[in-house]
Amino acid sequence: MTITQLVFVFFILVLASGVLGWRRIRVPQMAGGIRPRSRAVYHGFYNALWCALPMLVVVFAWLAVEPGIIRPLVLSELAASSALIEDNSAFKYVEIKNIAEGVLPSDSVDSTVMQAVRHYRVLQQQSGIALTILFIAAGLSGLYLGYRRLSHVFPAREKVEGFVRVFLFVSASIAILTTISIVLALAFETLRFFQHVPVMDFLMGTKWSPQVAIRADQVGSSGAFGAVPLFAGTLLIAFIAMLVAVPIGLFSAIYLAEYAHPAARHVLKPMLEILAGIPTVVYGFFAALTVAPMIVDVGHRLGLETSSESALAAGLVMGLMIIPFISSLSDDVINSVPYSLRDGSLALGATKSETIRKVILPAALPGIAGAILLAVSRAIGETMIVVMAAGLAANLTANPLESVTTVTAQIVTILVGDQEFDSPKTLAAFALGLTLFFVTLALNFMALHVVRKYREQYD
Amino acid sequence: MIRNNKERLRKRARAEWRFRSYGILSLLFAGAALVFLVSTIVSSGHAAFFKTTIELEFPLGAERLNIETPYTRENLLAGNYYTAAKSSLYALFPEVTSRPEKRALSKMLSPGAELELRDYVINHPAEIGKTVTLEVPVSSDYDQLYKGHLPRTGTHTRLTEQEMGRFDQLVEEGYIHYRFNLGFLTGPDSRYPELAGIGGAIAGSFHALLVCFLLSFPLGIAAAVYLEEFSKDTRLTRMIEANINNLAAVPSVIFGLLGLAVILNVFGLPRGTPLVGGIVLALMTLPTIIISCRSSLRAISPGIRQGALAMGASPVQVVFQQVLPAAMPGTLTGTIIGLGQALGETAPLLMIGMVAFIANVPATPLDSSASLPVQIYLWAESAERGFVEKTAAAIIVIMTFLILMNLLAVIIRSRTQTKVE
Repeated sequence: MTITQLVFVFFILVLASGVLGWRRIRVPQMAGGIRPRSRAVYHGFYNALWCALPMLVVVFAWLAVEPGIIRPLVLSELAASSALIEDNSAFKYVEIKNIAEGVLPSDSVDSTVMQAVRHYRVLQQQSGIALTILFIAAGLSGLYLGYRRLSHVFPAREKVEGFVRVFLFVSASIAILTTISIVLALAFETLRFFQHVPVMDFLMGTKWSPQVAIRADQVGSSGAFGAVPLFAGTLLIAFIAMLVAVPIGLFSAIYLAEYAHPAARHVLKPMLEILAGIPTVVYGFFAALTVAPMIVDVGHRLGLETSSESALAAGLVMGLMIIPFISSLSDDVINSVPYSLRDGSLALGATKSETIRKVILPAALPGIAGAILLAVSRAIGETMIVVMAAGLAANLTANPLESVTTVTAQIVTILVGDQEFDSPKTLAAFALGLTLFFVTLALNFMALHVVRKYREQYD
Repeated sequence: MIRNNKERLRKRARAEWRFRSYGILSLLFAGAALVFLVSTIVSSGHAAFFKTTIELEFPLGAERLNIETPYTRENLLAGNYYTAAKSSLYALFPEVTSRPEKRALSKMLSPGAELELRDYVINHPAEIGKTVTLEVPVSSDYDQLYKGHLPRTGTHTRLTEQEMGRFDQLVEEGYIHYRFNLGFLTGPDSRYPELAGIGGAIAGSFHALLVCFLLSFPLGIAAAVYLEEFSKDTRLTRMIEANINNLAAVPSVIFGLLGLAVILNVFGLPRGTPLVGGIVLALMTLPTIIISCRSSLRAISPGIRQGALAMGASPVQVVFQQVLPAAMPGTLTGTIIGLGQALGETAPLLMIGMVAFIANVPATPLDSSASLPVQIYLWAESAERGFVEKTAAAIIVIMTFLILMNLLAVIIRSRTQTKVE
C-alpha cells in the first residue's frame, strides 16, 4: 500500500472505533439504562486511542527495524558472489537502493549487482505487504480490546484525561529532546572528525581547504582543516554588522522611546519590524546584486583594490538586518526605566538629551548590553547573507574589502549537494556546527545573565 | 558671566538638537535602506511577470511534422516539432539562406516554442492539415533585449548587430508581443530562464509549511498548556523552559545539521522532500508557538477557570473547553508569525537536500522538491542574466505571501481585541 492509502486506512479505523465506542454507551442509555460513569464521547475517544496507538507503534517499529533487516540480506547476496569489498558496503548499498528506485540508470551495472537490485525490490515488496497486514491487524485488535473494556461503570474520562496529561508532558519534553539530539548528533560526528584531524590543528590552524583527495594518487589536495580563518572571517563580518546596527538601532530606539510623537511611533515601529521580517535569502540577494557592485564601484573610484565578494558588503547588509533586533530590544529596556529617574533629572534642569545620556542610558546599560550580545549571536549564526555575498575563499585578513568566509557559509557549502558521510570534509561541518552552537549558547546565556542582573535593581 | 551663561545654554541647546537629529538620521537611514531594497527588487523583478512572444504561422501538415497515423498521444508526442517551429521562423526571413545564418536566426526561438507547438497539436488533433497562428516564446536573450535589460552596445551585449536588426524588424512589423506570463507563477523550474517558473517551488513551500503546521501547532499548544496549566515548578519544568528559550536562539544552520544527521541518516526519511523540510521547520517554529500560546493562556482571566471548576468540570475539561478556546486568537497570531519565519527559512532546507533541480511541480510532501527561498538562492547563484529578474520576481512573490500572512495575523488580533472590549 502507498503511504497515502495507509494514512487513509488509519483515519478510517480510528474514526470507526471512535464512533463504535461512542455508540456502545450511547445506545443502551437511550434505551433507559443506568447513567454511565463517563459521557459517551469519552468512551469514543478511549476506543479511538486503543485503535490508533498500536498502529502508530507498528509503523514506527517498522521504520526503525526494516532497513536493518533488508540491508544484510541484500548485501549477503553480493558477498556470496564476492563483488563486495569490506569498506564499500555502505556505498554499494546506496547504489543498489538508487538503482532499485530508478534514481540511477540500471544499464551499466554488472549482473551480480543487478541480482541484488532485484532481491532488494522483492524484499521491499514483501516488507510492504507485511507492514500492511501488521498495521491493519494492530488497528483491529486494538479496536476490539478497547471496545471490550467499555461499560457503564468504566471510568473512560479519567483514562482519556490521563492520556492527555501524558501527551502534554511528552510534547513539552520535545524541546529537551531536540536540544539533546542536537548536542549528541554534533558531538558524535565531531568526535569522528577529530579521529582524522587533531583538535589543535582544527582550533589553531590557519589554513582551511577542506578538499580531500578522492583518489589516493591525486596531487595538491590533502585537505587542511585550520578553522582560524573562518573564525576571523565570522568575527570580521559580525563586527562590521555591529558597527552599522548598534548606533543606528540604538539611536532609533532612543528617538522612538523618548522623542517620537505617538502617531509617528505607530508608523515607524512597524517600518523597523518589516526589516526584521524580510527573509535572509532576500538580504543575500540584495547584498550580492546591489551592494557588492556598489562597493566595488566606489572602491575603484578611490583607487582601492576591492573583491567582488567583500566582507564589507555582507557586513553592511547584515547590519541592516540586525537594526530592528537591537532597536526593539533597546526600546523595551529604555521604556522600563522608571519615570521617577527621568522626572528627577528633568526637574534639576537637565535637557532631554542630557537626561538620556547621563541618566537613562546608564540605567538601561545592562539591558542594552544584553541586547547587543544577542545581536552578536544572531550575526554569528546568520547564514544566507554570507553564503551569497561573502564568498568562500578562506582568507585570514582584517581588510573588509577582501573576500572572507565564515563558519556558517562553510557548513552550508560543504553540505549542499551529495556528500560522503565518512570523509573528514563532511565531518568538519559538524565540528564547525558544534563550535557555533556553543558560542551562540554562551552568548545567549551571557545576555540573559546580564539582563537578569539589571532587573534586580528596580524590582 | 551672563554672556558666558547664554553661550553655555546655546551650546546645550545645540547638543540637544544634535542628539535628536542623530535619532532622526538613524530612522531615516533605516527607512531609506528599506525603500532602496524594495525598489531595487521591484524594479528588477517586475518584468519577469511578462514574457516576450513571437507570432508565427504554423502549417500543421502531418508530413511536415512527421506524425504517423493514427493520431494517438504517443504518435503525436513523437512528431518533429523542432524543425517545424524553426522553418516557420525562417519563412519570415526569405533572404536568410546560408546554414550558419539560419542557425543564428533559430536561436531567437526558445525551446519552449517547440513544446507549445507540440502541446497545441496534442490538444487539437483535428487541426492537423490546417495552418494555425500561435504565439510562442522567444529565447532569453531576445526577451531581455525587448525588456531593455540587455545592453545593445558594449562588452556585455550578447547579440550581433544583424541579430538585433532582424529582431527590431519583427518588432516593427508587429510580430512580437508582450504578454502576462502565467507560466511563471504555475510552472516548474527550467534550465532556460524564459521558461522557468516558481510553481514547483510554491508547491514545495506549501507542502513543507503544511507538514510544519500539522506538527508544530498541536505539539506547541500541548507543550504550552502543560507548562502553563499542569506543570509544577520542578527542576525538570525549569529545564524545559530554559530549553525552549534557548532553541529560539539557536542558528538555523544547526537545525539543518540536526535534520541531516538525525532525520535523514538515523531515521532514514527521504532526502530533499518537503516532509523532512517540514519536520525541521516545525522544530524551529515550536518555540515561537509555545511562547505565544503561553502568553495568551496567561492573559485569560482566572474567573473563567474558577467558574468552570465551580461547575464541576475537571481540570482537563476546563483547559480544553474554556481556557484554550479563549486563548486561540493569540496563539493563532503567534503561529502565523512563526510560519512566516519558516516560509523564509533557507539554510536548513539547503542542507537536507532540497536543492535538486526539479523539472515538474511536485504533488505530495514525499516528492523531492525545491521551496521558494531555496529557488531564490538557486537562481541567484545562476550565471545566466535572464535569471536575475526571475530571482527578484520570486522575491516579490515570497514577500507578498509574507505580507498576506502578517495581515491575517493583524486581522485576527484586531478582531479579538474588539470582542473583549
